[in-house]
Amino acid sequence: MTLTERLREKISQAFYNHGLLCASYPIPIILFTGLCILACCYPLLKLPLPGTGPVEFTTPMKDYSPPPVDSGHKQGDPSDQPEWYVGAPVAYIQQIFVKSSVSPWHKNLLAVDVFRSPLSRAFQLVEEIRNHVLRDSSGTRSLEEVCLQVTDLLPGLKKLRNLLPEHGCLLLSPGNFWQNDRERFHADPDIIGTIHQHEPKTLQTSATLKDLLFGVPGKYSGVSLYTRRRMVSYTITLVFQHYHAKFLGSLRARLMLLHPSPNCSLRAESLVHVHFKEEIGIAELIPLVTTYIILFAYIYFSTRKIDMVKSKWGLALAAVVTVLSSLLMSVGLCTLFGLTPTLNGGEIFPYLVVVIGLENVLVLTKSVVSTPVDLEVKLRIAQGLSSESWSIMKNMATELGIILIGYFTLVPAIQEFCLFAVVGLVSDFFLQMLFFTTVLSIDIRRMELADLNKRLPPEACLSPAKPVGRPARHERQLAVRPSMPHTITLQPSSFRNLRLPKRLRVVYFLARTRLAQRLIMAGTVVWIGILVYTDPAGLRTYLTAQVTEQSPLGEGALAPMPVPSGVLPASHPDPAFSIFPPDAPKPAENQTSTGEPSGPMGPADSVHDSPVPEVTWGPEDEELWRKLSFRHWPTLFSYYNITLAKRYISLLPVIPVTLHLNPREALEGRHPQDGRSAWPPARPGTIRGGLWETSPEGPGGAQAHGDVTLYKVAALGLAAGVVLVLLLLCLYRVLCPRNYGQPGGPGRRKRGDLPCDDYGYAPPETEIVPLVLRGHLMDIECLASDGMLLVSCCLAGHVCVWDAQTGDCLTRIPHPGQRQDSSVGSVFEAQESWERLSDGGKGGLEESGDSPPLRHRPRRPPPPSLFGDQPDLTCLIDTNFSAQPRQQPPEPAQPEPRHRTSCGRARDSPGYDFSRLVQRVYQEEGLDAVHSPALRPPSPGPALPPAPEEEGGLPPEKGSPSLIWAPSADGSIWSLELQGSLIVVGRSSGRLEVWDAIEGVLRCSSEEVSSGITALVFLDRRIVAARLNGSLDFFSLETHTALSPLQFRGTPGRGSAPTSPVYSSSDAVACHLTHTVPCAHQKPITALKAAAGRLVTGSQDHTLRVFRLEDSCCLFTLQGHSGAITTVYIDQTMVLASGGQDGAICLWDVLTGSRVSHMFAHRGDVTSLTCTTSCVISSGLDDLISIWDRSTGIKLYSIQQDLGCGASLGVISDNLLVTGGQGCVSFWDLNYGDLLQTVYLGKNSEAQPARQILVLDNAAIVCNFGSELSLVYVPSVLEKLD
Amino acid sequence: SWHHHLVQRSLVLFSVGVVLALVLNLLQIQRNVTLFPDEVIATIFSSAWWVPPCCGTAAAVVGLLYPCIDSHLGEPHKFKREWASVMRCIAVFVGINHASAKLDFANNVQLSLTLAALSLGLWWTFDRSRSGLGLGITIAFLATLITQFLVYNGVYQYTSPDFLYIRSWLPCIFFSGGVTVGNIGRQLAMGAPEKPHSD
Repeated sequence: MTLTERLREKISQAFYNHGLLCASYPIPIILFTGLCILACCYPLLKLPLPGTGPVEFTTPMKDYSPPPVDSGHKQGDPSDQPEWYVGAPVAYIQQIFVKSSVSPWHKNLLAVDVFRSPLSRAFQLVEEIRNHVLRDSSGTRSLEEVCLQVTDLLPGLKKLRNLLPEHGCLLLSPGNFWQNDRERFHADPDIIGTIHQHEPKTLQTSATLKDLLFGVPGKYSGVSLYTRRRMVSYTITLVFQHYHAKFLGSLRARLMLLHPSPNCSLRAESLVHVHFKEEIGIAELIPLVTTYIILFAYIYFSTRKIDMVKSKWGLALAAVVTVLSSLLMSVGLCTLFGLTPTLNGGEIFPYLVVVIGLENVLVLTKSVVSTPVDLEVKLRIAQGLSSESWSIMKNMATELGIILIGYFTLVPAIQEFCLFAVVGLVSDFFLQMLFFTTVLSIDIRRMELADLNKRLPPEACLSPAKPVGRPARHERQLAVRPSMPHTITLQPSSFRNLRLPKRLRVVYFLARTRLAQRLIMAGTVVWIGILVYTDPAGLRTYLTAQVTEQSPLGEGALAPMPVPSGVLPASHPDPAFSIFPPDAPKPAENQTSTGEPSGPMGPADSVHDSPVPEVTWGPEDEELWRKLSFRHWPTLFSYYNITLAKRYISLLPVIPVTLHLNPREALEGRHPQDGRSAWPPARPGTIRGGLWETSPEGPGGAQAHGDVTLYKVAALGLAAGVVLVLLLLCLYRVLCPRNYGQPGGPGRRKRGDLPCDDYGYAPPETEIVPLVLRGHLMDIECLASDGMLLVSCCLAGHVCVWDAQTGDCLTRIPHPGQRQDSSVGSVFEAQESWERLSDGGKGGLEESGDSPPLRHRPRRPPPPSLFGDQPDLTCLIDTNFSAQPRQQPPEPAQPEPRHRTSCGRARDSPGYDFSRLVQRVYQEEGLDAVHSPALRPPSPGPALPPAPEEEGGLPPEKGSPSLIWAPSADGSIWSLELQGSLIVVGRSSGRLEVWDAIEGVLRCSSEEVSSGITALVFLDRRIVAARLNGSLDFFSLETHTALSPLQFRGTPGRGSAPTSPVYSSSDAVACHLTHTVPCAHQKPITALKAAAGRLVTGSQDHTLRVFRLEDSCCLFTLQGHSGAITTVYIDQTMVLASGGQDGAICLWDVLTGSRVSHMFAHRGDVTSLTCTTSCVISSGLDDLISIWDRSTGIKLYSIQQDLGCGASLGVISDNLLVTGGQGCVSFWDLNYGDLLQTVYLGKNSEAQPARQILVLDNAAIVCNFGSELSLVYVPSVLEKLD
Repeated sequence: SWHHHLVQRSLVLFSVGVVLALVLNLLQIQRNVTLFPDEVIATIFSSAWWVPPCCGTAAAVVGLLYPCIDSHLGEPHKFKREWASVMRCIAVFVGINHASAKLDFANNVQLSLTLAALSLGLWWTFDRSRSGLGLGITIAFLATLITQFLVYNGVYQYTSPDFLYIRSWLPCIFFSGGVTVGNIGRQLAMGAPEKPHSD
């Protein structure tokens, strides 16, 4: 046991180190691995290529005797003879090559005369051959004794029964078409029809009946109406069973004597033995294909599981490459050590792949991917490797064991398989460890880099719209948003298919994928390839020549590539070459160049006399059978159920026969119909042109046939292409709007300036005149609403209450400083000057030492404080005292010390450095005023006993709005809440105030702790205040009618205040502290939310806490962020989401306190967070709004916001999102990421970004443009949507 | 929808059985057929027409039986439940058939023993459940019995019978076939309802 554990530990350690190594030096390791693979695959070069092409071997004719059956290599060294050259061949094939022509050509001869009488001579020749008898000392020997006797044809070939010989010698000649009956031939009016009646209609690579009987390729036969050479070639094929040299010699001598070929230079010197490999029939192909299909399914299902990596396809490719090259290495190594593979590689290959498997690769990937993302890449790889090391080793040991068992079955094939599998497994392991791990590390590193660079999908980075859009905005300070909001759609399902019309969507899809272009391009490439390949003077011929030249390399054992043209490459070494003249490498076209130099070029039917074609015999005639299909002989023998697979035949040198016919003979042989009906010599194509057009030259010859078909196909393809283009054009016209894609089209105003998506589609814009709520002098900081009322608070400390329906200002609760007679105007001036100063002297005013990026600051969005509960407000308020009044939230990276210092300073030295600033003066005065009781409004002292928390700012006399005001200005407002008609205000001084929203009177207050209230929750008469020192105070709000006794469990903090709508002014409102959690957090609480009876706090100490609202009991402390918490979301369904300064979003289960998912969302802080039933929407300091799938945590898409508007977002309904921009708000379809509509808010708001958006119940949204509020009703178009 | 699901599963299993029967039958007869492309098409269907449907039906029954027995025994099959593994299993099964058809063994005993070892290896690699083993053996036994009966009645015959009337490797093929089809059936059974969770 301990041994196992020790082993395990060792293995784990080794893998860890190995992982570190791989991740540290990826490139050298990959290079090294590549070299290893190449080195191991080198021996594969010696192996024969797979293929079924026949192999040749040439022996000299002289002293030939069939090789002995036993494979003892007696003569010559073994390398000379191929392995198959053992025993007698299946057959010896003697071709008698007849060339005949009618000469001299006479002008009243018909085209049909070219071949009719030459063909008729075949019968005579056959007779001569059949009757040939060798008489010598040993007696007589007839053809019947030496030839190959064949029996029945296969039963399936009934239609060939009359054409091929049965029960006798296998002797083929063109005469077989007429059953070797001369009379039939002479009675046949349509020779060509007879010949071609069995030709297949389609292109065929294998031998046709015409090829078999003529023995020459159709192109060379010359049996055609349009041949230009007027020479007919055919062969009489004799098949011998035994090699009888004397008989053959006598036959040859006799034929040459009878039909001499005067200029024949053929050297009948060598025998060519052709070995055929095993044919792969459909029967074998189907199981093979099945195994391959299964293999691909396996690979597909395996690689589908690769996930969470940068490039899924890249890794899948790497996995497949790993397995394949390990197999290659395995074969190579086995070959290197002397084992020659005997198995059919293609057959066992799928099984080998399946045995080796992709499992380890997947396990590795999964393990590495599941390591913590924030670790260094090296460590991730190392950890992933080491955690799976044991199982990998165990699996490998098991597989090796199984294979070893297989090795002991003692079946040679299984043993060989196992050997390959073992070597393959080991090399696969090697490759996994070196190659795949390294590729994985590169991939992971890429992902990390991408993440660090920008936590947004790469599409957004690549999009050209952004860099263009930014400068554009600076140039034109228009009311439009030139920088287009990016919608990155990651999921294929989330096509923009809600808003756009269907036809447009289809077009967009086509456009996006460039489908048509790519298809056409691919088709063109394939087409060109086919053209080049099949061109008679093109690639194929070249290749054939190349192969022919190169094939001696294999020493006869190398299989030539199967060449579809039917040209057998000569694979025999130099001896074979010696028979050719050195300058005639036998390209296919030398037939025309050298073969028939004297052939007249005039058409056969030309009326003028032309020189007689001379029958010449060139070297190319010696082996014309090479131009036959390489299936020619197997096909022939297969008709008689003789297989040539794994056997060989011997081809004897051809016997040349030349026939010269004079015109008289030709005329005699003419069929009566020939001259009368068929083909007048002048216009042969007029009558039967339609019939013969398809195969004018050598009809039925595969080559010519193919050429014509090709041209037809080409023409057809061209026509189809033109039609397709026209059709697409029409479709385009029909489908697309007329000025689709023309942004500046007439009739639309300034289309190009509007935000539009990638395809030039700009959503409709509406000129909705928003209700502008003016009244604040400075930037609005806090907003709160309960649907009916709207409360806002500006930097200057004013609190305004608006009617959310009408936009009327109901109440103003001014800052105490303004209560004085110094009118609004002066304040305004003061504010301006102060702004100027602060603008001009930003750098110099940084006494506090914290210098956040000032350029950003004024534009930075305020915290997305729907409730004003962001921590950042602390510093905002501090700036009241440190000459940075407009400074926005501190950079969350170093918030804490700044809070401390500035707050401390604010308390310690109010008035520091502010004497220059009027605004300061006002505020100081305000402060003084607050502190001095004289400035307090005359309070109904006795009626309002001081609150238990030491003091309650008591409502002053009612009904005098100008003087109602006794603001507890001993602190700025940091947080604001509204419910019913009560406003709860939390101040920096730690004072909690409850105001009547309608009356503008202070109902009660509580000031027992001096630590500022950073966040407030006001829910059901319960107020929770989170303070800067990390403590939580739970208050309960109790109301009493005026009639009721004022006694409240000894709680003095209540006012007998006038009535108000909800808490009627006759009620006494008392706010009393029920519970305090003194040290809820170590650091200031920055986020506070309550729902579903739970209260969630987030703090700068990186933790969240969940409290129960009723008894303020802490249920959970949630840890998981690596930065301060900036925002928290909780809703009635108990879903808790939190975002932090680390840019991460965590989703939690409130019931169990466990983390459900963890997403790295933003570069920089997460500034706000909200959820719908299906999505999580987050915004960050990077001005991105990201939409996540709530259940899986997968990013759906993100929207690039204008600078400074990052956090302004609101959810109107489950599928309607509203975001703010430069002077506008945009509505988005949440499910699809479609921009629905953009609403511009006035013309003068260009400089003002919408910083906050608050969604009211009645679907009006309020956005905050600096010191103004805009009340926008959701456009009616969108309302219908819901 | 449950019925729908069941029908769908059995259809898939049936077609898998038919295809496997055709292909494997071809493997068995292909050695004698080498050259005649036109004839081969005929030989694919030359065996009795009832063989593929029977195999398909058997596959459907077995493939539905496996998950059913799993659920009745209360031990859901958890081992390697993924399509990649199923594909691997099918490939190995075809390989076993391939070996039985194409390899030259010294004698029948060796062939049968090798195939038995391979079949057990298949079970151990892809199944490893007792119910799978038991069901596989039962299927092999029953199928062997049925084929014996069929051959005895002269419905068809084997070229060189060495185990009563049939070839001795037939039970091994039946066993591994049962395991394979069971594997597919289990995957199909868990495939549809589990999908939403896995995604």
